[in-house]
Amino acid sequence: MNTTQKLLNGKFSLEMQVYGSGEPLLYLHGAGGLMPVEPFLEDLGAHFKVYAPQFPGYGESTGSEHIDDVADAVLFYHELMDELGIPTANLVGHSMGGMIAAEVAAFDVHRARKLVLIAPAGFWIDEVPIPDFFAAQLTEIAGLLFHDPNSPAAQMMTAIPSDFKALETMYVERVKRLATASKFLWPIPDRGLKKRAYRIAAPTLLLWGDDDKLIPPAYAKEFTSRIKNSKLEIIKNAGHMVMYEQQEALVGAIRKFLKG
Amino acid sequence: MKFTWFHLMPYRFLPEDFKEKYHSVWVDIPRDLYDPKVGHRLYNDYLDQLEYADAMGFDGLGVNEHHQNAYGLMPSPNIMAAALSRRTRNASLVVLGNSIALYNPPIRVAEEFAMLDVISGGRLVAGFPVGTSMDTNFCYGEIPATIREKYYEAHDLIIKAWTAKDVFSFNGKYTKLRYVNLWPRPLQQPHPPVWIPGGGSVETYDFCADHDYQYSFLSFFGYIAGKKIADGYWEVMAKKNKELNPYSLGFAQVVAVAETDEQAEKDYAAHMDYFYNRCLHVYNGFADAPGYRTVKTIKAGMLGQVGEQAAIRREGLKWKDFIEQGYVIAGSPKTVRERLREAMKSLNCGHLMILMQIGSMPPELVRKSTTLFATEVMPYMRDLWTDFEDKWSPKRMPQDDIAMPAAVHFQKTEVNGKARAAAPGAAEVRGAK
Repeated sequence: MNTTQKLLNGKFSLEMQVYGSGEPLLYLHGAGGLMPVEPFLEDLGAHFKVYAPQFPGYGESTGSEHIDDVADAVLFYHELMDELGIPTANLVGHSMGGMIAAEVAAFDVHRARKLVLIAPAGFWIDEVPIPDFFAAQLTEIAGLLFHDPNSPAAQMMTAIPSDFKALETMYVERVKRLATASKFLWPIPDRGLKKRAYRIAAPTLLLWGDDDKLIPPAYAKEFTSRIKNSKLEIIKNAGHMVMYEQQEALVGAIRKFLKG
Repeated sequence: MKFTWFHLMPYRFLPEDFKEKYHSVWVDIPRDLYDPKVGHRLYNDYLDQLEYADAMGFDGLGVNEHHQNAYGLMPSPNIMAAALSRRTRNASLVVLGNSIALYNPPIRVAEEFAMLDVISGGRLVAGFPVGTSMDTNFCYGEIPATIREKYYEAHDLIIKAWTAKDVFSFNGKYTKLRYVNLWPRPLQQPHPPVWIPGGGSVETYDFCADHDYQYSFLSFFGYIAGKKIADGYWEVMAKKNKELNPYSLGFAQVVAVAETDEQAEKDYAAHMDYFYNRCLHVYNGFADAPGYRTVKTIKAGMLGQVGEQAAIRREGLKWKDFIEQGYVIAGSPKTVRERLREAMKSLNCGHLMILMQIGSMPPELVRKSTTLFATEVMPYMRDLWTDFEDKWSPKRMPQDDIAMPAAVHFQKTEVNGKARAAAPGAAEVRGAK
């Protein structure tokens, strides 16, 4: 279900997908943002009440001019959780969203009941440089994001519309989204999480595709070595976009961890 | 009509197969393609060329800022302007410019520009570009989403630093300074003329109009493609009830003059090809970081200057096409005179920035083209726009008041491979230690 959530501070109006019922689960998407419908979130809705807002600057969500950095983003999520009536929740974040979810859990250790980080950003290892996603061309993106760039999911996500108007719309939306993401990820996706990650108190599950070419699995130890109560699960035959390549395995792992 | 002789200072010796074999001329071009010994020669040749342009009566000498590339080797154009300030007498020093969002704190630019203005006796034009996406986002790591805000803040700080009567504090979002107190202050009062180089961002029109700055469109696509940009600018100026003074618009154009049209093709075609196919071979992913251009600009259909789209528009073009489509104005003095006059009239442009050292062009051809332009083109265009006041050229000190550098005497120095005798009396002139 799609809803609009306006925050009381008057700064943000959010496009939000809401699925199912049960224990609250707040999903924080990656730099690419949400698709109009997210089947893996629908699946999670069978077990949880899933809230998945588009971040300000993505889709119909407004107010990106009020967010400059990680601290602004964290406070935005704190306010959103309070206004949704879920001051604590399970936090699930992918990529950039994983980085911000970790920050939300580190700034205020009471916010996350449990934390799931899917191929999160937030660190930089000189020996394992993350490819420059911002400079990547549409034709290169499938190769960076997917284990199998020729799969229907990969092709659909990176298709270039032939109609000029549709192409322009897509281009403008992509620029809007990535410009917002650049506040956290440009030019190096390290905004000091290494100073704060030790504070995370929630039980934490790291999920990583074994063939993630964007943020390689080598990055997992940056998290597991700093977060006390954390473990890593590798998902086979998956790239960075685990949810589209191994939906069942991903949903199963999240459910097992959060219900366990 | 005013003429600025504009240099990019490209690397002239990129390999033949550069476009096919290498990823990009900017950002990640391999360092081993640069030979510093060749670079030594090039910088000195290029300064000679600018100094020659001064002697030949050009109104301005243009330099600009680019990083990590072979297209234009001036990470700091202020260094070039400083060199020129001592060895030229007449022309304005058009520094077009400093990418002010890249300086921390930006008063560094206010200081260096003030120094240049004072050293040169008030000959400085202060250019404030945002800078290309390659330079600012990819090479200097500025966040695309906030660079424009940072740019405007830096501008406000610099202007205030130049004009404030007293020490002041500046509490910006990007720069915080307890004491701003500029020494030296600029010679031109209240400050040197400001030119804003634009690449077609619609916001820049308004910014120039609102501050009475000169708008300089620096594209190397020529006057036919540039017409849309110029029209957009004049439309904004008209809407704001500003004077449609041609001197408030600058335009860059590739120009090459030879004895005849045929000779021009023979002399310059290969160098033009080098410029468009090697110097401008920019990887598309570096051309336009997401957020570098505003959504408003993208929706206005402004074409990117570099990257894939620009390369596609140029694909397969030959000398004849480059001439016909206006990328280049080249030929005999008569041809150049006619086309340039038509171009300047169609753009309503009073400040022409001409690029005469094109790509791999060697010094002797640069000199020929410059000489022919200065003697057989420029004088025939001076009658353009005489009804308008040029409010955007520097207001310098009277010529007689400008300090003369002391004569230089090199001792035991090799010049161009030949030993030169010590000049008698050098020690006295310089003041012996």
